[in-house]
Amino acid sequence: MKPINEMKLSFESRSCNEAFGRSAVASFIAVLDPTVEEISDIKTAVSEAVTNCIVHGYKENIGTVYIHVKIFEGARVVITIRDRGCGIPNVKKAMEPLFTTCETGERAGLGFSIMDSFMDKLKVRSKEGKGTTVTLEKTIVSKGN
Amino acid sequence: MPVDIDIDDTSVTAYISGDVDHHSAGALREKIDRAVEMSYPEVLILDFGGVTFMDSSGIGLVMGRWKLMRDISGKVVIQNAPKYISKVMRMAGIEKLLSDQDKKEESLV
Repeated sequence: MKPINEMKLSFESRSCNEAFGRSAVASFIAVLDPTVEEISDIKTAVSEAVTNCIVHGYKENIGTVYIHVKIFEGARVVITIRDRGCGIPNVKKAMEPLFTTCETGERAGLGFSIMDSFMDKLKVRSKEGKGTTVTLEKTIVSKGN
Repeated sequence: MPVDIDIDDTSVTAYISGDVDHHSAGALREKIDRAVEMSYPEVLILDFGGVTFMDSSGIGLVMGRWKLMRDISGKVVIQNAPKYISKVMRMAGIEKLLSDQDKKEESLV
């Protein structure tokens, strides 16, 4: 199926761009007239994925974060967030609630749990040394749709 | 400033505003911890009334402060959390730190 609208975005993996990434996605899908809660769910999930690219994918290096948003018939939104960073050796383990590689105790280890529960679908593909692709999907069910 | 801090005899209140994400969490953490380490309060109140967005970095921030307060035998209370923020907190199972007033509003949702 072909999307009825799409956008692509790439930016440097600097933490100051986290707000830009989630806000850009929220602005793009605003045309679907989502509820405040739907927008907030999507922004939170995107923020988690973008933060993962910056904190885990590229670590202390600066790389490029790629976001691709597609809107399909029926207000179905598919968001792909990708990095060309280090990749995740064990995706299943990384997706367990509270699992974190951060030793300072300041990261909750809930990123994937939040993406999973705030979106309809979550898919993670990763290859060590190549990078990680997270696909988030949600149908906007509110109002005119 | 993303956080204003009030210190009295027994408590420190941090009025957090704006977006709480991985980018902003570091500065918030430093400022709150400095106030706690200066005054050793019985209660640390984290006021989320001015917070416009929060992801799991906010959970990390709360959990880290909870550990800090536990080490000095104090406690953490979260107050004025907007609905979309208590949703994230509920996911993380830290809604027990919500103030009684926030809990009451939560149960009405």
